[in-house]
Amino acid sequence: MPRITMREAISQALWEEMERDPSVFIMGEEVGVWGGSYAVTKGFYDHFGPERVKDTPIAEAAIIGAAVGAALTGLRPVAELMTINFAFSAFDHIVNQAAKLHYMFAGQMTVPLVIRTVSGGGRQLAATHSQTPDAIFAHFPGLKVVAPGTPEDAKGLLKSAIRVNDPVLFIESATLYQVRGEVPEGDHLIPIGSSKIQRPGTDVTIVTYSKMLEISLKSADQLAQEGIEAEIVDLRTLRPLDMEPVLESFKKTNRAVIVEEGWKSYGVGAEVASRIYEEAFDFVDAPIQRVAQKEVPLPYNKTLEQLALPQVEDVVKAVREVL
Amino acid sequence: MAEIVKMPKLGFDMAEGTLVRWVVNEGDHVIKGAVLAEIETDKATVEVETTYDGVLLRQLVPQGTIVPINDPIAVIGYPGEEVNLDAAMKKPEVADKLKGTEEPSEDVRQQESGIEAIRELNVQVPSISNEAPHASPLARSMAADMGIDLRLVQGTGPGGRITKKDIESFLQMKSVPETVKIPGTARVKSEPASITGVSETRSMPLPRLRAAIGRRMTESKQQAPHFYVTHEYDVAALIDRRKEINTLLAEEEKLSVNDFIIRAVALTLLEFPNLNASLDLKNSSVIYHSMINIGVAVAVENGLLTIVCRDPDQKTIFQISSELKSLVKRAREGKVRPEDIEGSTFTVSNLGMFDVDEFSAIINPPEAAILAIASVKQVPVVKNNEVNIGTRMKATLSVDHRISDGAEGARFLQALTKYIEEPIRLLVSLS
Repeated sequence: MPRITMREAISQALWEEMERDPSVFIMGEEVGVWGGSYAVTKGFYDHFGPERVKDTPIAEAAIIGAAVGAALTGLRPVAELMTINFAFSAFDHIVNQAAKLHYMFAGQMTVPLVIRTVSGGGRQLAATHSQTPDAIFAHFPGLKVVAPGTPEDAKGLLKSAIRVNDPVLFIESATLYQVRGEVPEGDHLIPIGSSKIQRPGTDVTIVTYSKMLEISLKSADQLAQEGIEAEIVDLRTLRPLDMEPVLESFKKTNRAVIVEEGWKSYGVGAEVASRIYEEAFDFVDAPIQRVAQKEVPLPYNKTLEQLALPQVEDVVKAVREVL
Repeated sequence: MAEIVKMPKLGFDMAEGTLVRWVVNEGDHVIKGAVLAEIETDKATVEVETTYDGVLLRQLVPQGTIVPINDPIAVIGYPGEEVNLDAAMKKPEVADKLKGTEEPSEDVRQQESGIEAIRELNVQVPSISNEAPHASPLARSMAADMGIDLRLVQGTGPGGRITKKDIESFLQMKSVPETVKIPGTARVKSEPASITGVSETRSMPLPRLRAAIGRRMTESKQQAPHFYVTHEYDVAALIDRRKEINTLLAEEEKLSVNDFIIRAVALTLLEFPNLNASLDLKNSSVIYHSMINIGVAVAVENGLLTIVCRDPDQKTIFQISSELKSLVKRAREGKVRPEDIEGSTFTVSNLGMFDVDEFSAIINPPEAAILAIASVKQVPVVKNNEVNIGTRMKATLSVDHRISDGAEGARFLQALTKYIEEPIRLLVSLS
């Protein structure tokens, strides 16, 4: 199996889906002639032409509004938001239009829309451009929220996202684009809404997703040197949330640490921990720990920024707390 | 809960015991059957086991203390349980005063002091925190499934929380009580550091057991007027019968001559309650025991122990044999339990294996008599004016003249004849 980068995996998924289905098209800021802010759509403009690779003005509400409209007419738009921070400008279109049209009009129409966007900090982009507000979007029924942590999952999940008839917010991490991994060639599909054990273990369950999967895997390696075997469950999809592998793992280890890049308050960790308490209370042997971003607007200063983001040491410490 | 462990009474005449060594430390977990301490009595050093599950909250006496029987020696309770120990330790002054002029016997007083102490202590129990212990949901559900009282489990998690690990170690502890036992070899041995040569004159401290035997035997020989009656038994049938039975038994089940004798003595004692008795000098009375418990003298390192075979009049030879085997094994391994050596009413001492013609034993006080069994021998026997080869065994009964007389002793030995010489009577129940 070829080892390719996350960027290549996402690019491959888009390319294959556009080749497969002429109703798929992409639109966004600098996705065409420039080839994408993160070079994901490099070469797409030349190959698929300006009809299917549309550069847009810097107007997020317009991008998503237009994409929702296109989806209602039967097209399958893949709209790109340069970062998730700009999604706030398009918030109404995402949560009030895309997420609700199918419900409010009794299923008369579907919105087969994919919004690709980039979340997370760590690149000194300062407080307004470094957020991880994934949980906010996962709050809304009607919107699927996908956030892969490996190239293989990125390809498989993006292809599925393009094919489902619901709006999907597809969250990528800027610091993962260079990460390499084995990715199956051709039609590789991973169903949306399925969590996955990324590392088997017996002593503690680490629940995480996206960029924090990388941090968690490193933490697990460090813990393994002390003889602590962490099992890592990668959520991959925040909505619908697949708790089965989490609960199964937790019933085995009786201890959990949830690692997310966003803030702790009202976050993914809060949701997952509650679900464990609700659904596996009799298996709880220690209070569940959450590792998350410090409750501050993310600093620009490099050192402070790293201090505010969850690090390997934070995860290792939290694991020790629950053991 | 707060249960009090008392100095056990390990014999009719035991008044006190020395707590030689604590095996369990304060704060340690104990489960039923675990050895708490080693106690030395006149007879032996024995291991005292707990009959409660819990944590050893307090050792009430330091090592080396001589403690009257029934006095509290330890408190076992829930982890962290607070107990008012003053109440437990208090001497029963009030009880004594109330008794007035009537002087209660030593035993009665000791018992009441124990009861009083417990009564006072129990008053404290409700005030002890009845709060449920902190336990994780998993620990709670495990405990519920397995029927474990969480108050008995020591929590080692944060803030003393009981977690899965604690339940597992609790279960592990419960499942292997045998390994908790401290082997007798751990006992202090008073041997010199080096022995340079046998010719050298040297002085060695008397081993504890040796000293205890010495004390008791001196007391017996000085105070109990012994008389001795010897009888010779024809044991040809018994030997044949034994051989016959043993061919049917596995090696570890084979019967000894002594097994037959124990049962024979027990059945004979049914007819001689006066010899299954103890002298109570303080009250100028004789205690006739309701049960027949035969003490069997066993040679051990530095002396001998009298292990107790209970109710052999009501057991088969095979039961007697198997029970004695395990008792002897424990005695020789130094793992004797209080009940192993407690409560004999008559003793049998058998030196048959050492090729002895006959011998006289010293009575094991406060018993009335002891039977000394010599070796089985082939001897010339005159019968019908002819000399033949017979199989004979001599037995000598030592009796306390304060309880019985020569005629009764002789009649006992005669009555024993029918069982020893017609061993079928030992194998079937004729009643």
